[in-house]
This record gives sequence, C-alpha cells and structure tokens, in this order.
Amino acid sequence: MTDKQPFDMVVARHGASVLRVCRAVLGSVDADDAWSETFLSALKAYPELPADANVQAWLVTIAHRKAIDITRATARAAVPMAEIPDLPSGRSTDHRDLDLAKSLAELPDKQRHAVVYHYLAGLPYHDVAAVIGGSADAARRAAADGIATLRKTHPGDAGRTKG
Amino acid sequence: MTTSNHRDDELFANLSPIGDTELQALRDRLAARAEAAELLDVAYRTIDTPVGTLLLAATPLGLVRIAYDREGLDTVLSSLAAKLSPRILNSPKRLETAARQIEEYFARRRDQFDLPLDFSLSTGFRRLVLDALPDIGYGHTASYGAVAAAVGNPRAVRAVGTACATNPLPLVVPCHRVVRSSGVIGPYLGGPDAKKLLLNLEGAA
Repeated sequence: MTDKQPFDMVVARHGASVLRVCRAVLGSVDADDAWSETFLSALKAYPELPADANVQAWLVTIAHRKAIDITRATARAAVPMAEIPDLPSGRSTDHRDLDLAKSLAELPDKQRHAVVYHYLAGLPYHDVAAVIGGSADAARRAAADGIATLRKTHPGDAGRTKG
Repeated sequence: MTTSNHRDDELFANLSPIGDTELQALRDRLAARAEAAELLDVAYRTIDTPVGTLLLAATPLGLVRIAYDREGLDTVLSSLAAKLSPRILNSPKRLETAARQIEEYFARRRDQFDLPLDFSLSTGFRRLVLDALPDIGYGHTASYGAVAAAVGNPRAVRAVGTACATNPLPLVVPCHRVVRSSGVIGPYLGGPDAKKLLLNLEGAA
C-alpha cells in the first residue's frame, strides 16, 4: 500500500519546470528528448521512490543525468548549445529571451547547472549540491559567479518589460 | 524554498515561456512511450456523456474503473494509485474502444458492451454479484432480492446492495438495473438522477 500520488499529477505539477531546466541546460533542440527521457525514467522508478522524497529534486537529478547522456551522445560536450549561435539574437517570436539563453550556454557547466537548478528549478543549494556534486557552499559560489557573469552580459534584463 | 532575490528570479522570466500545447504534446508522447515500454500500469481519460463527465481507466488487462464526476477525479485516481499502481497517465488511446462503445450506448445504438474487463478491484461475494449483473438484460430490471437469489444467497440482499454501491465498473456492469422490490429505483453511484436517466434510455422505467 502506498499513498503516493498518481504519476500523472507529478507530470502536471513538474512538467513545465523540468522542461525549463532541460532547455536551459541543453538548448531547445535537445530539451524535448531530455524531458521525455527524464519522465520515462521517473515513471519506471516511481513506485520505489520513498513517499517523503522531494519530487522536484528527484526529477532535476534525473534530468541532470539525462542531459549529460544526451550531451555525450551527440558529442557536443565542448559546445553545449550548438544551435544557439545560428539563431538571431533578441527575442524569438514566442518572446524567448535568446540573448540570455546564449549567455547561459556560454557559462562553464558547473555555473550553468548551479544557476539553473537553484534559480530556475528552485532547489535550495543543499539539493543543488546533491545533484551536481561538491558542497552546498561550492554550489552557492558557482551560482553567484554565474549570475554575476549573466548580469554583466545582460545588464538591462530585470527592468525589461515582457514582449 | 529558495534564497534567490527577486531581481535574479526576474532575470529568467522570459528565458523559456512554455505553451500549454507544447507541454501537452510532450505528455502525449510520454504516454505513447510509456505504453510501448510496458510502464503504463493504468491509463485513464474522461468522456462527456448525458450523465456527466465519466472517468475511464484501464490496465493492460482491460477496463478497470468507470467513475462518475461526483466521486471526484483526483480522489478516484489517488485510490487507483494506492490499490493498483501509481504509474498512471492520461492516455486516451487504450480507452478508445470503451469510449466509443459508451458513446454508442448513449446514442441507443448499443445494448451490450463487448470489452475486456479487469475485475481486480472486486473480490469475493461482491465479485460474484458483479458477474451475475450482465444477466439482467438491456431494458430490464431486477430487485436486490432477485440478484441475491441468483447468486445462491437469497438472504444477502444487503450485501448485494453493497456490491452495487461499490461497483468499480458502473454502466458497463449494469448495477443500474438493480432496483428495490417496491419499484423505487433506489440509490446509485452516479446519483438517482443518473440511474433514472439510464433506465429511461433503456426503456425500462
């Protein structure tokens, strides 16, 4: 007997945020595959997940591994977001912030992961550290360094209006 | 939960807007892949009918649950997660035939269902009662006492009532055709109005 939620509710609750994470880590081309792989693996393992587990952190951990698999499989380790330089800068038709995506893609892996998992996925640094390895303090520093770089290359963003 | 300040959160506000349709497309693809990988223990969908929205759920063995709106979609799914498996996804494909047959039933183009059924939510005497219900044909009714007699336990009238009230597959397993001997139609999972509608539809009331 388990009082676990139906998996469908997990997808409903976390689907969008996991997709944001996949896009930020991998770029939008490979993100859909990473999302599918993540939720398929999660579905498989779900019955064994402890009932009190942090589902968001669990999903981000799986997505992190899947993103690494995909990056290796497509031999893009050196250029994590190979498609981005081909895109125009500014905003895409769906208001995606392409400049920021590009800046994010150019961060060192550890900084990008720390920034994405903390700021985008909302994980506390303790959980970020569990996903990327190292200490919570190291994760905090990596995220701070990453944010500082993004602020430099992207100074006006916070004040920008949508659309 | 996070210690990030407002400005840093805002930095990412437009990084990746996600539309409902693209997320739905991903969810559909996940359901198809889960089915192919035999990881989809329970598929569900909803359909709109004259007795309101119905939830249909199926295991790989067959239709396992039909639920009325008043039972609460989330409650029913949570109960399926606990009793069967939490590997549950919205996946209309496995329920196409069931949905079509129910639609035909409400259009008066079908008087019996031909579907694989999974009775794993019913055991013992309740299961015995459910097995006997399809013997009450379309357009006919039987009393709780008559059903009790039919399953060889004429004094178990109350237990027949409980079996009907907990029928996991109402409509397809026709507990709506079991009425009180006084002629009063009696209680129903989907409410007395739904029971009346079904009996009227079948020309039995």
